[in-house]
Amino acid sequence: MHETTWDVIIIGGGHAGCEAAAAAARFGARTLLVTHKLETIGEMSCNPAIGGVGKGHLVREIDALDGLMGRVADQAGIQFRLLNRRKGPAVHGPRTQADRKLYREAMQAAIQQTENLSLLGQPVDDILVEEGRACGVITEAGETHRAGAVVLTTGTFLDGIIHIGTERVPAGRHGEAPAITLSKRLYGLAEQTGALTMGRMKTGTPARLDGRTIATEKLEAQPADAAPVPFSFLTEKIIVPQTVCYITHTNQATFDIIEENILQSPVYSGQIAGVGPRYCPAIEDKVARFPERKSHQIFLEPEGLDDPTVYPNGISTSLPAALQDRFIRTIVGLEEVKIIRPGYAIEYDYVDPKALLPSLELKALPGLYLAGQINGTTGYEEAAGQGLVAGLNAARAAAGQEAVYFDRAEAYLGVMVDDLVTKGVSEPYRMFTARAEYRLTLRADNADQRLTEKGIAAGLVGPKRAKAFRAKMAALTDARTKAASWTMTPNEAGTKGMHIRADGTRRTMTELLAYPSIDWADLQAVWPEMGTWTRDIRQQIETDALYAGYLDRQQADIDAFRRDEALSLPSDIDYLALEGMATEVRQKLAAARPVTLGQAARMDGMTPAALTLLLHHARKNQRGLAKAASK
Amino acid sequence: MSQNGAGETIFALSTGAGRAALAVIRLSGPEVDGALAQLGIKNLPKPRMAALRKLYHPTNNQLLDEALVLRFVAPRSFTGEDMAELHVHGGLAVTQSILAALASLAMCRPAEAGDFTRRAVLHGKMDLTGAEAIADLIDAEGGAQQAQALRQMNGSLRAVMEGWREALKTTLAHVEADIEFADEDLPGGLGQRALEGVPAMLSAMQAHVEDRRGLALRDGLRVALLGAPNAGKSSILNRLAGKDAAIVSARAGTTRDVIEVAMLLEGVPITLVDTAGLREAGDDIEREGVRRAKLQAEEADIRLLVLSPDTKNPLGEAASMADIDIAICNKADLGAVPEAELANMGAIETVSLSTVQGSTAQSDDETVLLAALQELVRARAGAKETPVLTRERHRQALGEACVALDRALTIADTGLELAAEDLRLAQRALGRITGAVDIEQLLDIVFADFCIGK
Repeated sequence: MHETTWDVIIIGGGHAGCEAAAAAARFGARTLLVTHKLETIGEMSCNPAIGGVGKGHLVREIDALDGLMGRVADQAGIQFRLLNRRKGPAVHGPRTQADRKLYREAMQAAIQQTENLSLLGQPVDDILVEEGRACGVITEAGETHRAGAVVLTTGTFLDGIIHIGTERVPAGRHGEAPAITLSKRLYGLAEQTGALTMGRMKTGTPARLDGRTIATEKLEAQPADAAPVPFSFLTEKIIVPQTVCYITHTNQATFDIIEENILQSPVYSGQIAGVGPRYCPAIEDKVARFPERKSHQIFLEPEGLDDPTVYPNGISTSLPAALQDRFIRTIVGLEEVKIIRPGYAIEYDYVDPKALLPSLELKALPGLYLAGQINGTTGYEEAAGQGLVAGLNAARAAAGQEAVYFDRAEAYLGVMVDDLVTKGVSEPYRMFTARAEYRLTLRADNADQRLTEKGIAAGLVGPKRAKAFRAKMAALTDARTKAASWTMTPNEAGTKGMHIRADGTRRTMTELLAYPSIDWADLQAVWPEMGTWTRDIRQQIETDALYAGYLDRQQADIDAFRRDEALSLPSDIDYLALEGMATEVRQKLAAARPVTLGQAARMDGMTPAALTLLLHHARKNQRGLAKAASK
Repeated sequence: MSQNGAGETIFALSTGAGRAALAVIRLSGPEVDGALAQLGIKNLPKPRMAALRKLYHPTNNQLLDEALVLRFVAPRSFTGEDMAELHVHGGLAVTQSILAALASLAMCRPAEAGDFTRRAVLHGKMDLTGAEAIADLIDAEGGAQQAQALRQMNGSLRAVMEGWREALKTTLAHVEADIEFADEDLPGGLGQRALEGVPAMLSAMQAHVEDRRGLALRDGLRVALLGAPNAGKSSILNRLAGKDAAIVSARAGTTRDVIEVAMLLEGVPITLVDTAGLREAGDDIEREGVRRAKLQAEEADIRLLVLSPDTKNPLGEAASMADIDIAICNKADLGAVPEAELANMGAIETVSLSTVQGSTAQSDDETVLLAALQELVRARAGAKETPVLTRERHRQALGEACVALDRALTIADTGLELAAEDLRLAQRALGRITGAVDIEQLLDIVFADFCIGK
């Protein structure tokens, strides 16, 4: 019987799987990526876009850790737009439409070029478990592949069912078989250990349109940015040709058709029980929940430069195909449209992520890591971010090294993982910048400053990026030092045409730049060297000036946060035996087993009384650790 | 902090020290029933049912008292933990022996100041303003203070703070929607429009910060009597207080130190402060007296200037006169205060006072002076029907919220994300008042204030 041995095996070739495989391989683990079909590695199942507010931040963080998504999107982006340009840098959201084929090809090329990474195109039937540990996979063909750790990224495939009207088709994605035996395996584990909860979620996708049959001349065009801002810190210039999107709207006639037939939608007929995302609702949901609004915006997004397929963003639906055809044709510009493929809703299994450690390892089955939609999230970027964390930690565990965590004060990756494992999910989880307490610090523009050094230490960043990063940091540090040492009195500033309060105080260049009345050119006239700084460095100095007082305050909060995070809770506390705590709280703690006092404090239903008791344990633990260290 | 936290079982004498008919000893914590058993109570009374039980010393079995025992089961108790009350006879020997017996048990320890209330807050039985109100209620000396503490205990202050916090939450949600959903068809300028409600909220908050009546009522008011030596300050103090509190003699400079008398006016505790006469001092002792008098004048909430026909006004200048609330023309039966001494009086209320002991004129004069003083007390510290800030801590936190909101309004055009940050800071400052956030750091500071709960 065929059998091979690896350090890490990744199941799944979507956004989570690719990033997990590449991360494990970069770390140096001998990695095998197993997926049912090699041709669909890097496929974008839903909308052809990467990034956005919050999501773009995640892509930058993945890139700062030498991940793939940013670089691949830069090779596939056909309509780059920086969102929130008129707001401050902390909430700028890099985003692009992606050519689906270019993206898939670039991702597959990146995967094939990754050292230490092998591919296997077979469906996986089961996880190999020995002595309570996941130690490999068994494929549909009956092959056994062993590994020190396994990462499972099933996306929408785990017992996936597609719904179109009353039609129900078992599928992981349009035209592809679901993973049913793996689902049974997880349900079995849930039953056996009682330590994980499974559930169903749903998401949806709109019909795909033939762009050649759209009357674009009637529609408002939305062009790409004149100067596209790339995702990757390593990309110097976007060379893919840029295209336009078109905007149209639903209307009263659309509304009427949907409202009349809403019971034919499986969500409203009761056929679907899974929970869908509120922020990405089907058009049926928009009609039912906001009956007063007759018009909803639709972005007509091209799926590729040489592909006529158009993705109508905003009208995801699972109505019967004939009805989809009818309501879509009521929309301006789409009167004569040809539908290539109807939209659908898809229901799939997920695991309550509270069953995971912050390393994304399943508490009930050591050696098994979960990433992506299986953890109740939605979105390519969220999946990729978790893939990176899971892949890295699986590889480290296989090598006998400790897990690496990202905390809420250093990365959106940390915010996301902590939210998932601490609070769980009640609907598909999407990243928002408002989820980050330290939003002004966690910017897309400084992801490398926050993470690349840590990535180098974790063994995740290759030499090329490390070198580029160090060169940039040297230049940035030099510029910051100068910006803080160049000073002027109000009098001196006045002679240069900059008028500030005459209080005799010398102000640094950064402080002067913070005045709305003073701009870069005024200061460059005084300190000509500023003209030699790159655009990236100039942006960093400008942001330092704009956010000055706020960042200081935030740093104080971060310090307080880190004090609680530094209080680790012993892993052997018998929570059920703790006196002076309500039974309900004890049970919650016993199930969650928080790693730090800070994490415990973020759990739902925690009382200050319970935290006070835990603080006592954390301090005892700290003293114990200090003693052990001194021996 | 952990030693004071939940988990252990605590006990304390909850009634005053000294001989009395009854004394109440309270216990709280997971081992309450165990401690009762150790005191020889085999048959535990049903929760919330008073029952008579004999108490014995745990080791020598000596009978200590016969007590009314009352049990409360968590979470339905004051602290949210298991609790018991022992209503024992109020003698020194009885209470001391029972406390000693409890102290001898390994399972419990004497409570520290504020322990019981602290636990109530930790278990979410009340918020911080509620806990503070209990302390204020126990310390209340007058009816107005009592009413204010009761209002706060019933959640009036919390309701105001939580109301603002809720309103800010909605504002913030709209601002965040503007930030997060940049690419979707939300109404334009959503964030800016959400901020339109902030100025009204801000001015309401500022009004609360500026209104010091709640703090004044909680702290009581200091009323200073100022004047030249021998103007008759001490005798006025004695007449207002109704007793000979200060030594009064006809020789100038008798009150060399500061003399205080406590009294209640309009339900507000008042401290009347007599001061040394203000003049160029003769000896060192008197010089010190004058220095202290000036200090007292600065610290007082209400200042009474005493003038007489035979002394000079020591505060001739307009600047010093501006702080005076009432000018008393004393010794009215001996003549009028010269016009020159009444310069710079402005709108200061003037009251004449006759010195003839026991005369009708004198008691009428006193009534007028008292009425004028009462009016002032009402204005400065009178009980309000609406919730007020009662501690400096409240004012500071609300002040911080105001600063953040003010900044949010000015910065919104530069960066909506900065306005969001300030809205969050304002919410957090408001939350600190009720203890909704940052509770761990707060508790040690706040509970240092409490000497109650026993």
